[in-house]
Amino acid sequence: MRHIISILLENEAGALSRVAGLFSARGYNIETLTVAPTEDLSLSRLTIVTSGSDEVIEQITKQLNKLIDVIKVVDLSEAAHIERELMLIKVRATGKDREEVKRLADIFRGRIIDVTELTYVIELTGSGSKLDAFIQSIEADLILETVRTGVSGIGRGDRILKV
Amino acid sequence: MITGAEIVIRCLQEEKVEFVFGYPGGAVLHIYDALFKQDKVKHVLVRHEQAAVHAADGLARSTHKVGVALVTSGPGATNAVTGIATAYMDSIPLVIITGQVPTHYIGQDAFQECDTVGITRPCVKHNFLVKDVNDIAITMKKAFYIANSGRPGPVVVDIPKDITAAICKFDYPKDIQMRSYTPVVKGHLGQIKKAVKLLLGAKRPMIYTGGGVILSNAAEQLTTLTRRLGFPITNTLMGLGAYPATDPQFLGMPGMHGTFEANMAMQNCDVLLAIGARFDDRVIGNPENFALQPHKIIHVDIDPSSISKRVRVDVPIVGNVPDVLEDMLKLIEAESSKTEIADWWKEIEGWRSKLCMKYTMKDVIMPQYVIEKLYEITGGNAIITSDVGQHQMWAAQYYKFDKPRRWLNSGGLGTMGVGLPYAMGAALANPGMQVACVTGEGSIQMCIQELSTAKQFRLPIKIINLNNRYLGMVRQWQEMFYGSRYAESYMDSLPDFVKLAEAYGHVGIRIERPEDVEGALKKAFVDHKDDLVFLDILTDREANVFPMVAAGKGLSEMILAEDL
Repeated sequence: MRHIISILLENEAGALSRVAGLFSARGYNIETLTVAPTEDLSLSRLTIVTSGSDEVIEQITKQLNKLIDVIKVVDLSEAAHIERELMLIKVRATGKDREEVKRLADIFRGRIIDVTELTYVIELTGSGSKLDAFIQSIEADLILETVRTGVSGIGRGDRILKV
Repeated sequence: MITGAEIVIRCLQEEKVEFVFGYPGGAVLHIYDALFKQDKVKHVLVRHEQAAVHAADGLARSTHKVGVALVTSGPGATNAVTGIATAYMDSIPLVIITGQVPTHYIGQDAFQECDTVGITRPCVKHNFLVKDVNDIAITMKKAFYIANSGRPGPVVVDIPKDITAAICKFDYPKDIQMRSYTPVVKGHLGQIKKAVKLLLGAKRPMIYTGGGVILSNAAEQLTTLTRRLGFPITNTLMGLGAYPATDPQFLGMPGMHGTFEANMAMQNCDVLLAIGARFDDRVIGNPENFALQPHKIIHVDIDPSSISKRVRVDVPIVGNVPDVLEDMLKLIEAESSKTEIADWWKEIEGWRSKLCMKYTMKDVIMPQYVIEKLYEITGGNAIITSDVGQHQMWAAQYYKFDKPRRWLNSGGLGTMGVGLPYAMGAALANPGMQVACVTGEGSIQMCIQELSTAKQFRLPIKIINLNNRYLGMVRQWQEMFYGSRYAESYMDSLPDFVKLAEAYGHVGIRIERPEDVEGALKKAFVDHKDDLVFLDILTDREANVFPMVAAGKGLSEMILAEDL
C-alpha cells in the first residue's frame, strides 16, 4: 500500500541524510522525497511517499520517531488529506503536435511557461497519479525532459502537524 | 575565557568522567594538551582506537556509567567504528569524541580527513559536528543525555581542530530539554493492568528477559516479580545475571545455544512476558516457527520500534523497565490469589531432566570443564568478559551469573576482539574485583596489542584462552553444514602465547591436561592475584557447542549432544 509520511524535523545539517540513510539501511523504499524549511526556520517539513505492508509502515514510523532530529511523524494517508506534486515537462512542439500538446495541457490545467519554435515547457500540478496520467497521454517520443518535485501533502481540516 | 579543548575536558569533569580511553593524533592535540594540564580525568592510552571504544564500552557495561573515548580524525575515527557499531547493537551508552580537520579544510580531502559524521551515522544513536566553540558545552551535555537516556547508545561528537583552539566563556548547562527527544519513563497503566490480568490467568506462563533489564538496572525488580509469580524465567545472552542463574526458577539461556528446557518453555507457553528483549534471530530462531501453542505475548520495552518488529505482540508496554515492573508488582501484590501452575512446572522438569548441558570428560581438556572450574574458583563473583565464538557460548552456558553487569560480551554485532579491552574497562572501573576474559586463540589475536595497555595500567586481568587451534564456531558450522570442509578455519602458525604474555611483561601459563586446570586457575587467581595472567589452555580440538538450533530453524528443532 502507498503511504504518504510527513515528518517535522530539526532544520539541521545532516538531518535529511539521517532520514534517507534510515530508509536505505533498513531496506524501505522511497518513491518520492521532498523537504524544505517551514514558516519556523528551525523546522523542516519532509514528505516521503513509500509503500509496504502495515507491519513495514508501522516500523518505518517507529524508526523515524527514534531519530533524534525528528520531532513528529504522521502517516497522512491514514485519514483525509491533500497531496500535490509539481512537474515541469519539456516536450517537442512542432507541426500538428504543437496544437495537440497545448490542448492536452489545457485539459490537465497545465500552463505553458516556456515557448520556443521547437519546444514547450509545461508546468503541471496535481496528485502523483494525475502527473502520471499526463505523461501517459503524451506521445512518448515527444517528451524531451521531465522533472518532478515529489509529493507534498497536508491533512484536511483540523488535522494539523505542528510542534 | 578558555579554549574549546579546555571546555571539552571541563565538560567531562562536570559529567564526573573518571576515565577516558584514547589515542592522540594531530586533530586532537589541543584536547590532549588540556588533558595534560589537569588530573581529574584520567586518560588510558590504548594501542589501537578500536580498543579505546571497546574499553569504554566495557566500563559502561560493568558500571551503568557512560563510557568515553577520545580519538583523532581520519584513521582514528575509522578505527573506532567497529567499537561504536558494537556498542550500538547492544545499546551501550558511550560518548566518543573524534578530532576533525580544521573547519576550513573540511571537504578538501585534507590529511587525515574523513567524513566521521557520515561514516558513523548508521551505527550511532546520534552524532554531532561542532562548528562553533560556543556550541561545545551544550553539545557535550546533549551527547551525555542522549547516550544514557531512553534506549541507551553511543553518541559521536566530532570537533574540528580550530574549534578546540578558539576561546569562549564556559558555562555548562545544568539540565537539558530537547523538543525532538523526550524518552518515556512510565508505562501505560491500562496496558500494565491488561498484562497483569493475563499473567495471573496463565496456565503455562514464561518470562523472557534481555539486555534491557541489565541496562536499566532492573534486576532487583525482576527478581522480586519473578519470585512473587513463581514463574519460570529465561535470560538471553545479553540478559544473563538479571535473575540469579542458581535459582531453580531459572531455566538457563534461550536460543540457538540455549537450554532445552528454556526453548521448550518458550515454545509451549500460553503467556510470554518479554522484558527488554528484542526477539532476536539468535534467540527465537525462525519467527514462523516460534511459540507453537496458542499464546499471548506481553512486551515491555523502552523502544517502541523493538515491539512487534519480528513477532506480533498482544500487549505492548512502552516504558522504562524498572518503573513498569514496579507498577506491575503493585497490582500483583494487591491480588491475593497465586497462579496454580504445578502441571506446567512438571512439564518443565521433564524437559530439564534431559540434562542438555552434560558433556563427557576426555583425557584432553574439555572447554566446558574449564568454565565450570573458573566458576568454582572465582566463587561466581568475577566479572567475565568474552570474545565471540564457541568459548563465548560455553562461558554463557556454564558460568552461573547471579548478578547483573558481571557478564560482558558482544551479543548483537558479535565482534571478535572485544574481550580484552572489555576486561580493561571493567578492571579499571571495578578495582578489587576479579576480572577474567574468556577467549579463544582466534579472538584474542584481534586486540592482542592491548596486553601492552594492561601492563601500563597494571590491570590484573586473567585471560582464559580456550585454545583449540581452530576458529571453533566456524569449524563447527563447517562440520555440521559444509561436509567437514574446514575452509580457512584452522589457525596455523600460532604464537607461543606464554612467551607472548611474558614479552609484554605478564605471566603466561600453558595447561595441557585436565588435572592441571584447577591448579593453574588457583595460581592465576590467588598466587598472581595482582598480575595479568595469560592461561593458554589447550582444549579438545573438535568439541562442539550444544544444544543447538540451526540458523533459520524453529526453537523446537534442537540438536542435543546425545542425538549425535
